[in-house]
Amino acid sequence: MGVTIEHYLVLSALLFVTGAYGVIIRKNLIVVLMSLELMLNSANLAFVAFSRALGDMTGHVFMIMALTLAAVEVAIGLALVVAIYSHRETLNIDVMKMLKG
Amino acid sequence: MLAWIILVPLIGALINGLVFATGFWKKVLNGNEHTERRIVSVVGCGVILASAIISSIMFLKLRALDPSEREFIQELFVWIPSGEFQVSFELLFDSLSCVMALVVTWVSFLIHIYSIGYMHEDHSYSRYFTYLNLFVFFMLVLVLGNSFPLMFVGWEGVGLASYLLIGFWYDDPEKAYAGRKAFIVNRIGDFGFILGIFLIFFVFGSTGYTEVFDKAMDSNFMRAVPGVVITVIALLLFVGAVGKSAQFPLYVWLPDAMAGPTPVSALIHAATMVTAGVYMVARCNVFYSQSPTAQMVVVGVAAFTAFFAATIALTQNDIKKVLAYSTVSQLGYMFMGVGCGAYAAGMFHLVTHAFFKALLFLGSGSVIHALSGEQDIRRMGGLRKFLPITSITFLVGTLAISGIPLLSGFFSKDEILAALYERGYMIAWLVGLITAVLTALYMMRLYFLTFEGETRAPQELKHHIHESPGTMTAPLIILAVLSVIGGYIGVPEFMAKFVGIHGSDIFGKFLSSSIFVEVVAHLEHHGFGHWTLVVFSIIAAFLGVGIAFYMYKIEPSVPQSLVENPTIAPIYRGSSGKWFVDEIYNWAFVKPFINLSLAAALFDNRVIDGAVNGVAHLIRQGAIFLRSAQTGILRFYAALMAIGATAILIYIVLSARF
Repeated sequence: MGVTIEHYLVLSALLFVTGAYGVIIRKNLIVVLMSLELMLNSANLAFVAFSRALGDMTGHVFMIMALTLAAVEVAIGLALVVAIYSHRETLNIDVMKMLKG
Repeated sequence: MLAWIILVPLIGALINGLVFATGFWKKVLNGNEHTERRIVSVVGCGVILASAIISSIMFLKLRALDPSEREFIQELFVWIPSGEFQVSFELLFDSLSCVMALVVTWVSFLIHIYSIGYMHEDHSYSRYFTYLNLFVFFMLVLVLGNSFPLMFVGWEGVGLASYLLIGFWYDDPEKAYAGRKAFIVNRIGDFGFILGIFLIFFVFGSTGYTEVFDKAMDSNFMRAVPGVVITVIALLLFVGAVGKSAQFPLYVWLPDAMAGPTPVSALIHAATMVTAGVYMVARCNVFYSQSPTAQMVVVGVAAFTAFFAATIALTQNDIKKVLAYSTVSQLGYMFMGVGCGAYAAGMFHLVTHAFFKALLFLGSGSVIHALSGEQDIRRMGGLRKFLPITSITFLVGTLAISGIPLLSGFFSKDEILAALYERGYMIAWLVGLITAVLTALYMMRLYFLTFEGETRAPQELKHHIHESPGTMTAPLIILAVLSVIGGYIGVPEFMAKFVGIHGSDIFGKFLSSSIFVEVVAHLEHHGFGHWTLVVFSIIAAFLGVGIAFYMYKIEPSVPQSLVENPTIAPIYRGSSGKWFVDEIYNWAFVKPFINLSLAAALFDNRVIDGAVNGVAHLIRQGAIFLRSAQTGILRFYAALMAIGATAILIYIVLSARF
């Protein structure tokens, strides 16, 4: 038995769940961002897997787009983190309740 | 030209009001106070003089016309163009409105002149003249209007001016309440008046005098109208008159209205506004002549009022209150006149009363002015030597109102009594005769206690007593002359010799172009001939004067011993307590109504506000509940998003499968 598309998809799912777990459970802001990145990358993996399996280049294109957007988003996210840290001296997201209604 | 009669006082009111009373002159233009008073006086009195002159010119023109065509009509603009209900601002100058306009403008002019002296030291001089001019404007609209709505505009307008002027010194709450009372009691009458106008429109399809009266005199048209309807119209309009002209039971505002400045009392509550009801009945003679029931009601109410008010006037100690009740009583006479169909007689008394009542009020103002505000006659006396002009003119007015022969009041009062007798209103005639005795009595009492005998005024005031300035005494003299000669218009010989007008009943004939009823031919005499009736009137007048002379000049101890007499004492208390009518009204109407208002206020605060606030409260609670989801904790949000997305995915996958 070789490495089939199902293996890639399962890996993608596992990575996604791990990322989701990190976003929900972890307290450190940087770790949350990393988990978020993990989720994005898992989606990218799924795209490329399908693209290779179906022989269609569309998947590759999507992946490049998503990767670029992920990079931009992380850049802004990290800028926000720097700003918050310089203001609050902490990266514990439970403390940051400024969005409270 | 006709329109200028009403426009000029309005312009005066606007100038005095907008430029001076608002403080524009003083504060914005930095004007001088002295100049302000000068200009206000000139404008205020000048516009009235102009109006009076124009009215007089119009009168001369009117006389030149043929009696059947004796009227001038001028339409200014269409006020209410509403399909079938058309009301235009139209003025009518016929003999009836001419008489009223002349009386209103000339007496008004004299009172304006008087006010210059009387209100000299008052701070709100400009406001006073503004209101006075405004009053004259509305009164002229009332008498010159050619339709019921216009009359009503004037009716309400003079009520407003009266309110403003009674409560002129509004810093004193009592005075302000007096103004409020006048307006509210008037309003009750106005309610009846409005209903009357509605009914008129319903029956006649119009509210203009020309259309309505033409239809009302058309026997073909009237055949379809039940008699009861005319009676109801007449009675409803009369309710308005009861309010405006202070008859029982809506007279209670007039004595309280004495809180206003004395010239106001003279003008509004003696000569003009209160006579509006009499004018109205005379104007609507077509209705009243077709309804014997309404006539009986009018005469009955009037007779009762005349007697009732006279009994109160006998024991009052405030000089102005005596005159106020006297006015109520004399208005009763006027209504008896127009109520029994003798419209000319009633109007005649209106004119003569305007002269001598204004004179009496202005005279009393002179006395009050001299005594620095004292109005209680028990603290007066002996003023004859200090105030010669005032006392002589006051005496003339007193004799005139008492019906002493050869003065104007005698002629007019006698004509009314004769008319009542000839038309069969025996009880009213008798009541009128007895009231004449009382009238002479209380008026001479007033004169004696104020001007004769020894001065009972406190020492400090005695030094300041001085005769009033020329602006105040000149009108007194003029009015005194008018009170004497004003009656001679009814004496054919006088009119023929001195004025060159021949024929009898000149006043009546002049008015007959407005009074559409047939002048009733000589009725059979039930007993007394005309001259016998005159003798009765003369006896009544001298009886009253004589009793007063005895009680107050010869034996001054008599009044006190009468009061102490056990049988008379309760009557005295009732009379001086105004027969407790105000107290009864308070208990029967005012208190219950105030309690109702308080209950309504309570209901409004607790229930209605509670409901509205309650709804808001409920929504707030809901919002607080919903807000609890906004924790601001990012992990919570992220978790919710994850769960939500998963749920949707599951749903999609499952529904795709089936």
